[in-house]
Amino acid sequence: MSDVKLIKVTVDGKEVEVPLGATALQAAELAGAEIPRFCYHERLSIAGNCRMCLVEVEKAPKPVASCAFPVMDGMKIITDSPGVRNARRGVMEFLLINHPLDCPICDQGGECDLQDQAVAYGQDMSRYHEHKRSVTDKYFGPLIKPIMTRCIQCTRCVRFATEVAGVPELGAVGRGEALQITTYVEKALSTELSGNLIDICPVGALTSRPYAFVSRPWELAKTDSIDVLDATGTNIRVDSRGPDILRVLPRVHEDVNEEWMADRGRFSIDAVKKRRLDRPWVRQDGKLRPATWPEAFQAIATKLKGLPGDRIGAVVGGLSDAESIVALKDLMAALGSQNLDCREDGAALDASNRAFYLFNSSIAGIEQADALLVIGSNPRVEAPVINARIRKQVLNTHMPVAVIGAEVNLTYPVTHLGNGPDALRGVMDGAFGDVLRNAKRPMILLGRGALARPDGAAVLAAAWALAQSLNAVTAEWNGFNLLHTQGGQVAALDLGFLPGQEGKDLGAMLGGGVDALWLLGADELDPSLIAPGTFVIYQGHHGDRAAGRADVILPGSTYLEKDGTYASTEGRVQRGRRAVFAPGEAREDWRILRAASELLGHALPYDDLAAVRARLVAVNPSFARVDEVPAPAAISAKPAGDAAPLGSAPFTLAITNYWQADVFGRASEVMAECARAQAPTPAMAAE
Amino acid sequence: MTEAAVDHLDPNWRNSHAEPESFEFDAESEAQIAKILARYPEAKKASAVIPLLYVVQKQMGRQTGSAWVPRIAMDKVGERLGMAPIRVLEVATFYFMFNTKPIGRFHLQVCGTTPCMLRGSDDVLRACKDAGHLKGYGDTSEDGLFTLSEVECLGACVNAPILQVDDDYYEDLDYDRTVQLIEALKRGERPKPGSTIGRQTSAPEGGPLTLLDVPGGE
Repeated sequence: MSDVKLIKVTVDGKEVEVPLGATALQAAELAGAEIPRFCYHERLSIAGNCRMCLVEVEKAPKPVASCAFPVMDGMKIITDSPGVRNARRGVMEFLLINHPLDCPICDQGGECDLQDQAVAYGQDMSRYHEHKRSVTDKYFGPLIKPIMTRCIQCTRCVRFATEVAGVPELGAVGRGEALQITTYVEKALSTELSGNLIDICPVGALTSRPYAFVSRPWELAKTDSIDVLDATGTNIRVDSRGPDILRVLPRVHEDVNEEWMADRGRFSIDAVKKRRLDRPWVRQDGKLRPATWPEAFQAIATKLKGLPGDRIGAVVGGLSDAESIVALKDLMAALGSQNLDCREDGAALDASNRAFYLFNSSIAGIEQADALLVIGSNPRVEAPVINARIRKQVLNTHMPVAVIGAEVNLTYPVTHLGNGPDALRGVMDGAFGDVLRNAKRPMILLGRGALARPDGAAVLAAAWALAQSLNAVTAEWNGFNLLHTQGGQVAALDLGFLPGQEGKDLGAMLGGGVDALWLLGADELDPSLIAPGTFVIYQGHHGDRAAGRADVILPGSTYLEKDGTYASTEGRVQRGRRAVFAPGEAREDWRILRAASELLGHALPYDDLAAVRARLVAVNPSFARVDEVPAPAAISAKPAGDAAPLGSAPFTLAITNYWQADVFGRASEVMAECARAQAPTPAMAAE
Repeated sequence: MTEAAVDHLDPNWRNSHAEPESFEFDAESEAQIAKILARYPEAKKASAVIPLLYVVQKQMGRQTGSAWVPRIAMDKVGERLGMAPIRVLEVATFYFMFNTKPIGRFHLQVCGTTPCMLRGSDDVLRACKDAGHLKGYGDTSEDGLFTLSEVECLGACVNAPILQVDDDYYEDLDYDRTVQLIEALKRGERPKPGSTIGRQTSAPEGGPLTLLDVPGGE
């Protein structure tokens, strides 16, 4: 950045320094002058077609569109003068010629750029007496509700789909008055980022289908939180009204999600009300019956009494918060059990060093990388926002990308090197080996799918060794990246929720290694694998597969209903906040564990959230560094496991059905509809 | 409003006509494409989209007698140029010179802009309707011979009014000469393009009036 030349411009008499090549609009923003705009968006290319951002520039004969006007040294910009205001009023009048006056029934009402700016630049009457344009409605899929008559043709959606999402399916067809935004063939947009179209649309042309006619923005209580449905750590704002969560929007965090958000986090929230466990259940005579909390705890205490610690085990799922993970870990320690596991998929992770299981280059660091090797991962569905970041880097710098594993469309050009570990073994011998060798900041992106296999430890060791051999594990740059799939997975590893010295791992526990098994939100494991005689305590929020196998069900909270701490795939510790209360008798998970510990005779030594969080820090100091990513460090250690016994089976992906990849997706009707809409042709034939 | 514009406001414009099942460039088109692509650097070959759409339209005219650009051919153009299909569709629908649905064998394009209108384009339009059995702009005659379109200024105002038939300009028209022209087209003839009153290019009617005494001149 230091080599960028700064020049001086004057905005409304105030002198500011801006980099050469900046636009008049950016200069005005720096000077604190607000410029109205519709088509301009700082993360998209400049179109300059709405003309709302007109300003006067000294010596320019006419007002200029500031968003597309590069500044020059000594330029004097006037953002507020009678001429400017008049010009903007004229533009607004043109925009309103064809815009319907349906604000009372428009979902954008109250948060509409056009509405807001019409207050400043609109007139109280129309001089237009001719017929208004009307546009037939389009079909953009189950998530986006287009009402294209309201469209002002800013083309932000076209640019977003083409540039950020990488699916050039939207376009502006026709010309002049007949110009319409449409898809090539009327089908659902094939992107996992489509919800962002709703955010960037400045008017009510693209609105949320599930949220249609639900609420007005001023009725909503807003809670800042964290999305845990993928491991990106997307910052979100949860909008709720009374006991209902109505929508989720992304918040800006430049180093994590910029301002984008993946669709599953945004749209699977209807699952918060579906298939919920809202009271304890106890299995009696082979059938689950509703129970009270004391009854449920009693059933657990009766079973666990007299069981030796090594016959008790616990598994946590990927959506759990750090507080409940540490509480369960402490409870198990008190019960004398070392049988812990957080790897529902059986991924061969090594938690002996944080760098072995983190996205070490960091998400923002992708923009410094100059080569990328993806192993056994489909970042497009495992972390759509991270994939958008990769795409951005590919577009900006033509970063070469190669893939080992299943061939999928990542929205940017890739070289496919092979399907299995054989390609990994030979990667340095091929043409891409030279690319990696010559790269200053190479990235290796390892998917969890590549580790959840018999030779997973070998794959991990091989990938780490590759990173080290590329001199990519230094104090300046760590190019080894593990992409997790759910927001609670890293915190569980940070807290060491893994088998102790003599502890049994997941496979051993399921296969009859324990007599009592405590599942904390463990919805991704196959409950049919649990040995018949095992007493299963299921603590979680949805009546998904594992709950059906349970002997005692303890109703917990979703991430939207509790104050929780999560660590993202890059190791960034962030706090989610409670937006609404859990339904019925469901409680926050760490409190359930605290209450259970009392009845089991091993009361946990914390009574409030602050004390649990102090305990988190005691277990792993990284929990004290909220919203920080670990700095890269030179590491000479290696993950356990030998790179030699690499198998030859092709890599499989951690997520095959994006829409229904977790318990939220499986309970959500919206996600079910998406899965149907995105399914390939057989669904079409059935119609 | 142009015909193409009306076309896309019609909610059923995509389904209003039969699209061909397949489209392949023929040898003549391939030769043209090779020539066109040579004009652009490989990385910028999307620039060739407009010429290639013309190649498609011409080929459809040769093969089917109806010079239009079917969707499947747009896909082929997109494939050739490494463009997303929607990008080709955007271009094809922006320019009204590309017909996005089938047209008659002869495309009668009447200029109705001011100079032509002052010089009698209304008569030309009437003649087209009468002789070609057309109801109005956007219509295709039942025999499939003619499609009538209104176009904006064709840039030949000196010889107004103008009727453009496919790629050819017929100038200095009136009602009768327009009818004769259309009758000739029906017979399969292609009258010589240009002025229908024998005007030399854009010179004054009846021959040059100035510079008559220039040595070596007429």
